[in-house]
Amino acid sequence: MSRLGALLARETALAWGKGGGPLVSVGFYAGVATLLPLAIGPEPARLAAIAPGAAWVGLALASLLSLDRLFERDYEDGALDHLVLSPTPLELTCAVKCFAQWLATGAPLALAAPVAAIALGAPLNLAPLVFVCALIGGLAFAFTGGIGAALSLGARRGGLLTAVIVLPLFVPPVIFGGGALASYLAGLPWTSGLVLLGAYAAAFVALGPLFMAAACRNALS
Amino acid sequence: MIIALDLRGVAVRRGGRSLFCGLSLSLTAGEACALTGANGAGKTSLLRAVAGLVPLEDGEIGFGDVEAGEARGGGLHLIGHQDGLKPARTTREELDFWSVWSGGDKASALAAAESLDLIGLLDLEVRRLSAGQRRRLALARLLAAPRGLWLLDEPLSPLDASWRARFGAMMQAHLAGGGLILAAVHDPLPITARTLEIGA
Repeated sequence: MSRLGALLARETALAWGKGGGPLVSVGFYAGVATLLPLAIGPEPARLAAIAPGAAWVGLALASLLSLDRLFERDYEDGALDHLVLSPTPLELTCAVKCFAQWLATGAPLALAAPVAAIALGAPLNLAPLVFVCALIGGLAFAFTGGIGAALSLGARRGGLLTAVIVLPLFVPPVIFGGGALASYLAGLPWTSGLVLLGAYAAAFVALGPLFMAAACRNALS
Repeated sequence: MIIALDLRGVAVRRGGRSLFCGLSLSLTAGEACALTGANGAGKTSLLRAVAGLVPLEDGEIGFGDVEAGEARGGGLHLIGHQDGLKPARTTREELDFWSVWSGGDKASALAAAESLDLIGLLDLEVRRLSAGQRRRLALARLLAAPRGLWLLDEPLSPLDASWRARFGAMMQAHLAGGGLILAAVHDPLPITARTLEIGA
């Protein structure tokens, strides 16, 4: 248990670390949210209509940013060897790494998401739902993203490859989360979208580490 | 604890090329073996194969009574060219983490730092260390978390003469305690060891 705690502390420190992982992600997110009104036009009615969806897509893109550092650094400097040669199953190690990624990137982005949505013109009462969706969605992004990061280990320009592998896996959470937000705004039942989002996140929290561990072992051999 | 290492007819292929085949070796507690061979002969691949990181083309590797999964999951140390140390973290952070991760604790990490004369460097970032200091930090793992089998890849190369001798004494102490050492080297080890030449 102390071993996993130490790993979580290390991974979170590395993700927060110098170079500012979460700051970069949140900054990128702010940039996307600022760019949208400039491209689409400043009419409040039009912006308000797309605000929840735009906030949600920006979140998915910002979540991609720091994924390439998740396994790549440990692979390149040999730390992954030492992480593998341990009584802790590699699957659990991968899960802890993704959880730390969520703490360091997903949680700050979830705090930024309601701000972005409201800045784009979404009603104030949408903010709590945006936050909850972003928090759960961030978990799904971290654990699906980990699969892409592990699969692209050792590839040249792995970050780009990660994005190509991972974006299709981001489709369901984007649909479920965006759907829940749109239904809430339209006064329709919105819980089903949130529940599906939670189910998707839970499935990948459970299954993702199996794929990641297999991909890591393959990359090392 | 691992008290035996048996390689029987081991063959390894890397990148479509056969590195070596029919390699056999038997080590028991208290024995060391130096792997020699030209650059690219497969010394590192053999060490990684023993650690289970590289698949065998043929043959088998046994660890005496210890089951292979258990031996590789916490029964052996692999110290290679790539030390897995993060340049932006301090010596203390890295040493403490790897000590706990390998089955030791912060007290054993401190004791290892004392043995390897790292105390004065604990608050420095790893990027500020010289190659020799950095290697000592990597080697500190061996002492911070005792494991039976040491797999060492060129452990001496960045160390100066006095540290080579001191590390020799550490290896001797490990063997005296019933440990095993398999080390890939170009220069002779400062301890009594058998020799296995790869690709002869």
